[in-house]
Amino acid sequence: MNELSGYFRRKQFSRLMLVLCGIATAVVILVLIFILGYTLVNGISYLSLDFITQPSKPVGEVGGGMRDDIYGTFILVGLASIIALPVGLMAGIFLAEFAGPKAASAIRFAADILAGVPSIIVGVFAYAILVRPMHTYSALSAGVALAIIMIPVVARTAEESLRLVPNSQREAALALGISRWRITLGVIVPGAVTGIVTGIMLAVARIAGETAPLIFTALGSAFGVQGLAEPIGALPLQIYRYALSPYSDWQQQAWAAAFLLIILVLGINISVRLVSSRRQK
Amino acid sequence: MINNMLGQTVRIEAADPKHDGDKTTSKYALTVEDLNAWYGNLMVIQNISMGIGAQRITALIGPSGCGKSTFIRCLNRMHEVSEGGRVTGRVFMDGQDIYAPQVDPVSIRRRIGMVFQRASVFPTMSIFGNVASGISLARFWSRRRDLKDVVERSLRKAALWEEVKDKLDQPGASLSGGQQQRLCIARAIAIEPEIILMDEPCSALDPISTLRIEELMLELKKDYTVVIVTHNMQQAARVSAWTGFMLLGQLIEYAPTKEVFTVPKDKRTEDYITGRFG
Amino acid sequence: MTVKSNTASTVWARVGDKIFSRLTLFFSVLMAAILIALLIALGIDAWPAIQKFGLSFITSIEWDPVNEVFGALPAIYGTLLSSLIGLIIAVPISLGSAIFLSELAPDWMRRPCSFLIEMLAAIPSVIIGLWGLYVMVPFIRNPIEIWLGSNLGFLPLFSGPPFGVGFLSAGIILAIMVIPIITAISREAIVAVPVTQREAMLALGATRWEMITRAVLPYCRSGLMGGVILGLGRALGETMAVTMVIGNGYVLSPSLFSPGATIASKVASEFNEASGDLYIGSLIELALVLFAITLLVNIIARLLVWRTVSVRGTGE
Repeated sequence: MNELSGYFRRKQFSRLMLVLCGIATAVVILVLIFILGYTLVNGISYLSLDFITQPSKPVGEVGGGMRDDIYGTFILVGLASIIALPVGLMAGIFLAEFAGPKAASAIRFAADILAGVPSIIVGVFAYAILVRPMHTYSALSAGVALAIIMIPVVARTAEESLRLVPNSQREAALALGISRWRITLGVIVPGAVTGIVTGIMLAVARIAGETAPLIFTALGSAFGVQGLAEPIGALPLQIYRYALSPYSDWQQQAWAAAFLLIILVLGINISVRLVSSRRQK
Repeated sequence: MINNMLGQTVRIEAADPKHDGDKTTSKYALTVEDLNAWYGNLMVIQNISMGIGAQRITALIGPSGCGKSTFIRCLNRMHEVSEGGRVTGRVFMDGQDIYAPQVDPVSIRRRIGMVFQRASVFPTMSIFGNVASGISLARFWSRRRDLKDVVERSLRKAALWEEVKDKLDQPGASLSGGQQQRLCIARAIAIEPEIILMDEPCSALDPISTLRIEELMLELKKDYTVVIVTHNMQQAARVSAWTGFMLLGQLIEYAPTKEVFTVPKDKRTEDYITGRFG
Repeated sequence: MTVKSNTASTVWARVGDKIFSRLTLFFSVLMAAILIALLIALGIDAWPAIQKFGLSFITSIEWDPVNEVFGALPAIYGTLLSSLIGLIIAVPISLGSAIFLSELAPDWMRRPCSFLIEMLAAIPSVIIGLWGLYVMVPFIRNPIEIWLGSNLGFLPLFSGPPFGVGFLSAGIILAIMVIPIITAISREAIVAVPVTQREAMLALGATRWEMITRAVLPYCRSGLMGGVILGLGRALGETMAVTMVIGNGYVLSPSLFSPGATIASKVASEFNEASGDLYIGSLIELALVLFAITLLVNIIARLLVWRTVSVRGTGE
């Protein structure tokens, strides 16, 4: 009798805790909806054609847009990709195809640690090795900083995708008397291409929204995109600057920029996931 | 060249006293001497010596785990690709030891093709691309025009041409299991090897597909030396000229197929053939 | 003829193999070398500050660009405090969600819910900061801080004027940012627990909750710890969102309402205005301190997560 009522109480307690777990999940999803909803609704109300097509205006003048910063973001992402993709992909290929177990775990460890380095430190690093010696903030230094963030992500996702290609493919190609490197580029990489592209796209989405490493590398530019050795504007950087400014029209532009950035970043994320989940089926 | 041939003949006779009863062919395509193979510390092939006759089908049978697949992988230096795979001994081809230090395994594999148990079609390539892959991936650049003849010839030899000639650009993976296996055979033929190794090529196929592959093997032996590993004794009996029975990494018996299946010399062979074993 | 072309192509293949594998090795080493280069470059540029202040850099609370006296203690304190608040909020919520998503949720809910939580991780930190500054901070000030101040104001934790911006807001923002990480890793760790463990506990007459807390969670505890520490690593280095809501104070205050700074926010907000080798050197030394802390934390986390993965490998 006593035991039974004890069991009853334990059961009630179990139920309560499980409900709390459900509530925790709901809270997380609600927070996401709050952030997304507020940014999207608020942002779209400040979005205008001028915002996308006009350069920014100096303090005090009304209007203007973020044309150059949008452009700048694409340039920086492109620049970072050009630097990071060869390094990341080759490192991924090394990890999956050529490395012995010891070398692989050392390199993999380094990649994971590099991925965990706070992005602002990467920015300081780019400042130290490029901005300081060149005596100027530059698109190049920002591109390098973003590339360093991108490299370990690309390397690890490439490695994982390459590992998913069955070994029988490697053996079949070896038995045809094909050399290792042609097998890798002609058979293995094509077989893993969906996963590799997914990884690259997710890395791109991540660096497109990075702000901290840009503050003292890209700096921002009031004069549009001038060249790789000159300062350059970027969407997230401008969100940061404008959000902390006391002018309400700049704050409104920050929301509009946030809208664009979130569409860009989540757009990439969602489409990549849709494609890969369809492939799984 | 003649010198070479002579040297080869002498070597074989000296190397292979056990099987000199083989009077049906005077020429061996491969001569194996004292072959041992390991996975890590585990010895899986023990001291095998045998001659594999040219332009005939040699079958290797034995219970699973007896090392027959490992053995056949030693013949084109594929075993060393497996993790922990290690080989000692000699395998002569045209008087040349393929395990000699200066020999590149890649060049050996271009002369000794291999077909695997599971059809390993390259899923990212078309039917055409699969057949041509051995050639196109060994060159810097190749035009489709140059490959066309080889692809057609190989597919014809693999008895697949009629079925796929109108859809060469479809993915190789779109074919049925039996067709995929024949595609792999075509792919192996395309690089014009002298020897084709087949590692249980029919074990994943239905009976009709199996029959077609068997017919194909009989066709292939006119031009190639074929070595087949099978767990199917009927298959060995039907297609092969010589049969080797393997057990626990050793070659127990190696003789003309008819003798192996009718008057086996070894008790263990008899047990296996009559089904008292495994 | 054939023999000749064969050997030519194999020589070429062998050379190609060598070049290609060396090339992949080179890029791998390059990737690893970035880590070392980071350490060296930061060390060199921080050298003026390291030389001038020595150990007192870490223990001093002064930050005076005019007289060029710099100490990191308030920033280190702020970094640890905000991350601690973040974890205190995030860990129970993340574990709850992970348990829900792996044990309780009906099948049709799992994928969409996990997907949404992953989306939260994908939102750029500057946008979370923007939202935090304009939407969350006013709400934290009133009613939360005002209520806490008037009811629990006798605790030093909740003393002082309610600014809205400050350690509390920074901690909550950090919680939002690390929840997806901890949830994802915990969920993976929980899913990897063999069914036999669950069944054995249920067969003993345990309730579902008892099964989870006594069989499932202990079995995967190092994976869970790894997830939490990985989240900590992220929180310690998180910059933009924190910079926007922490209020840029530089104090050692026990009050959660007080504006403060983290190492990252200090570097982010002052770097562009800094002048002189010593000032810049001090900011870079701050970055170096953060680097050392996160490196340590990440190494621990990696080792823990890797261990669970290998346990999982042998378990299945």
